[in-house]
Amino acid sequence: MTSAQTMFEKIWQQHVIAEEEDEALLYVDRCLIHEGSRHTFDQMDEEGRSPVEPDKVFAFSDHYAQTTGRDQGLGAISDPKIRGMIELLTKNTKKHGIRHFDIGDPDQGILHVVGPEQGITIPGILLIGADSHTATHGALGNLSFGAGSSEVYHVVVTQTLWQRKPRSMRITIDGTLPFGVASKDLILAIIAKIGHGGAAGHVIEYAGSAVDAMTIEQRMTVCNMSIEAGGRAGMMAPDDKVLDYVHGRPYTPAGADWDQAVEYWRTLPTDDGALFDTEVSLNASELTPMVTWGTNPEHTLPITGRAPSPEDAGTEADKREIAAALEYMDIKPGMPLDKIAVNRVFIGSCTNGRIEDLRAAAEVAGLGKAKVPAWIVPGSGAVKRQAEAEGLDKVFTAAGFEWRDPGCSLCTAINGDILQPGERCASTSNRNFKGRQGLGSRTHLVSPAMAAAAAITGTLTDVRNLAKGS
Amino acid sequence: MEGFTKLTAAAVPIDEPNVDTNQLCPTRFNKMPIGDPDYPRILFHDQRFNSDGSEKPDFILNQDAYRNAEIIVADRNWGGGSSRETAVYALMAYGIRCVIASSFGDIHRNNCLKNGVLPVTLPNETCIALRRQLQGNLEATITVDLESQTVTAPDGTQHNFDITPVSKRCLVKGLDDVGRTEEFQSDIDAFRVRYQDALPFQAAVAKPSN
Repeated sequence: MTSAQTMFEKIWQQHVIAEEEDEALLYVDRCLIHEGSRHTFDQMDEEGRSPVEPDKVFAFSDHYAQTTGRDQGLGAISDPKIRGMIELLTKNTKKHGIRHFDIGDPDQGILHVVGPEQGITIPGILLIGADSHTATHGALGNLSFGAGSSEVYHVVVTQTLWQRKPRSMRITIDGTLPFGVASKDLILAIIAKIGHGGAAGHVIEYAGSAVDAMTIEQRMTVCNMSIEAGGRAGMMAPDDKVLDYVHGRPYTPAGADWDQAVEYWRTLPTDDGALFDTEVSLNASELTPMVTWGTNPEHTLPITGRAPSPEDAGTEADKREIAAALEYMDIKPGMPLDKIAVNRVFIGSCTNGRIEDLRAAAEVAGLGKAKVPAWIVPGSGAVKRQAEAEGLDKVFTAAGFEWRDPGCSLCTAINGDILQPGERCASTSNRNFKGRQGLGSRTHLVSPAMAAAAAITGTLTDVRNLAKGS
Repeated sequence: MEGFTKLTAAAVPIDEPNVDTNQLCPTRFNKMPIGDPDYPRILFHDQRFNSDGSEKPDFILNQDAYRNAEIIVADRNWGGGSSRETAVYALMAYGIRCVIASSFGDIHRNNCLKNGVLPVTLPNETCIALRRQLQGNLEATITVDLESQTVTAPDGTQHNFDITPVSKRCLVKGLDDVGRTEEFQSDIDAFRVRYQDALPFQAAVAKPSN
């Protein structure tokens, strides 16, 4: 007789090899790395170790990938230090027999887009990524979280990881997302509600009728930004939509394995009556399009709102933070957010670089012409091909948007794609930290439709007003 | 890694919540290998230096009282954001061995522990009080004793902190995780057999179908 368990508890227990005091040694099913994982390989060289199960490690050239001239391969990268990071990953993965989605690979793209696309991500698994947005994968009903290079080194050379068990948080979202409100707006609203560190030490399960109603790609956007609320991981139950999504992908179990897998995956959702350490709830029907005004994702308000004043804050440190954020962003207290002019627009990233994101952006782009440089960066080669098959690239280029090659681009801003000091960008990425898109850059996080609206008006804009007129 | 037992040192008050790892190590420096001689300049690089490489005199780490600081006293949510371990390499290269805050980003906290940097969690009011004392007395030091799990403020007040037994043991002895895991090899081997038997579709990666 077992008591009611959460999905997190079930997946955690399934992976415990041993326990020592307050920590568990967990078996890791998949490990995702990228060019920035050089320190992991350096540690392996130094210690003379190799991967124990190299077929469970997958490498992606994305953070440093150039997003133009892909047909010229690495030759398109003029900076030898940037090129060197990709070459180093190629060398290291060849040496250790690790599958690498390299620049020349037709399926290359951002690790959190390609993993699910290729069926590397499936329900039930424990997936560790060398990147904090690894929570994305939890949308398929598994436990996925990011780790630093020492922990990733441990995973690669032992296929295990020591972890203290996080607490559990359920965020229940009922209601229906209104017209013009995207899943990006929902996760921004959640972060604004619970704070940038609000879910620290917790694994978040997102549940409720609004989650059930979402597509898999919308769910990935929500799980992706769990880390922006401080969450160790984000996850959602593997329902029929997940099974449909996962089925038939290159690395997905097939045949008899598939049937057995489905049977097991159906046991994973949280049992009725299972208890969470923390419960949060939100009504999707009350949401509006959101935008960040400051320098971390908790600095989020409805587009209909006004920039805050330092006086609104409780502690002295919080007052200073708001004042510093307003100064960095060059925004006056009380300024209407939809009066803020932008210089640049970026649509892409592991948060919003999937086909449905591009469709949403194209629908708005088709209503006008870009007034500022606006980039569309597909999350993967597969997304790019699909978009071109649907003619979305033509919609974008006709509206004056730039159609680029897959990669992290202006989200990591270490690949040649970078903002100039003082430039202000409406961006579908996940972080508005100081300098994130380049030294002195200013970032406003928005949904793909909101970003496209900013492009054609040159100002942060409530997309609902544009779309109404169409 | 270097063990941590007890430290008495100058401490720098960082008066802002939500200091993210992009500030500790701007992304463009993530390329640098461990031990690169430029790491001491990386911590808070873009807040510390002008574009010509000169110091911004107003930034707190550029004030003489804090140049030799080995402890940081911060606010809430220190080290949120990116998983980059270079943020910890930057802290260590500057000479920081301990960060006191009211909460931490989980990944950054783990990265600190793996490198011998002690993350100490104290209530926010205590962090505020510590920072005030440091601001009022530039000669002040703080003592952090991991064995007794206490922080001694400049005014002599003692504050107890929690740390898990495993983290404490690894920090004190400077143990690395892989060595620890090897002692569990027979458990790992037994697990693999069990796992393959119970969940074969998950224990092995499917061969790509196209």
